[in-house]
Amino acid sequence: MLSWKDIPMGAIVQTPGSAKEYRTGDWRSQRPVWDLSKCIKCGLCYIYCPDASIGWKDDGYPQWDEFHCKGCGICATECWTKAINLVEETE
Amino acid sequence: MEKYGLYTPRVAPQKEYFAAGHRACVGCGEMLAVRLVCKALGKETIVINSTGCIEIVSSLFPDTSWEVPWMHTLFENSAAVASGVESAIKVMQRKGKYADGKVNVVAMGGDGATLDIGMQALSGAMERGHDFVYVCYDNEAYMNTGIQRSSATPYGAMTTTSPPGKKSIGQQTWKKDMPAIAVAHNIPYVATASPAYPFDLMEKVKKAAATKGPAYLQIFSPCPTGWRSAGEISVKLARLAVETGAFPLYEVENGKYNLTMDFEKLRPITDYMKPQGRYRHLTESDIVLIEKKLHEQVQELRDKSSR
Repeated sequence: MLSWKDIPMGAIVQTPGSAKEYRTGDWRSQRPVWDLSKCIKCGLCYIYCPDASIGWKDDGYPQWDEFHCKGCGICATECWTKAINLVEETE
Repeated sequence: MEKYGLYTPRVAPQKEYFAAGHRACVGCGEMLAVRLVCKALGKETIVINSTGCIEIVSSLFPDTSWEVPWMHTLFENSAAVASGVESAIKVMQRKGKYADGKVNVVAMGGDGATLDIGMQALSGAMERGHDFVYVCYDNEAYMNTGIQRSSATPYGAMTTTSPPGKKSIGQQTWKKDMPAIAVAHNIPYVATASPAYPFDLMEKVKKAAATKGPAYLQIFSPCPTGWRSAGEISVKLARLAVETGAFPLYEVENGKYNLTMDFEKLRPITDYMKPQGRYRHLTESDIVLIEKKLHEQVQELRDKSSR
């Protein structure tokens, strides 16, 4: 437990974007799975992700971030070519 | 070729100024809008944020999602604080105590903070002509405190303080036309945007930031929790709202209206209402009444933009 002596004056947060260290991936019940043969690298999944958890691989295909993805499924709904499917986290 | 912008997600700015790890609900349309707005604004930005969902989910101590200077204010005074920040920068630049160059001062708030509680501060800041952008994220009720009605709630919608029943249809008043109120202040730029059209949204934000003087943006933000809809269709709902006429996209530059998304034939409003639990109680005749009113509003905007 932090005491008042440990926190900075005015409770200022000194690291920008420190929420990145918080794991929101635990909230997920379904995970997106890419079928790369259907993916056309359009990037709609990237632009529509509310959690900024889709990036790029070196070969140009999208890469999802397991640490932050909450599994909302917007990427799967918006994918034109149906390259993204949601599967249960338990599988 | 210069006339045409290049619109593909790949060329959008890759740097995120609104970091992942925020605690928004699964499928939140508002955080998507915030992310796109921050992408469009870039690094030279100071954000002033009213109380609301954005503030709650992005700033749980000791974490912050913001990678730009960010200030939390009360519900009512984000526009007043923004005008103070803008004036302070202007004076300090004149005295040589602050680096030269343009700084985007952006006030953000939900629809409750903008249309209800913070309206007098916003009205004052717009009237004084401060060089700032006000972004209103419109999720059509006070979602953060538990879905109470606001003046942005559309007619017939169920909220916890406008419950439908034998004597009530849900929300009994029509949505307040805040962009028209902003236009009435004779400010240089007013626009509505939707996260389902990300490039349109980012263009409008850039335009608003480049405008000298106050600019007002109202951004549609689907709320799966409050609208009783599934999280994965948030963006789809935002698109349907534009296609059915529930939230028309337009911009007003110096009083000149321009519909940015116009459709020859609007989709039936049931497409938009059916996936949402908040409209479940509406009868056939109620839906016809709502559709008629929305079509009238869109037609009015068309008439204004063709003038």
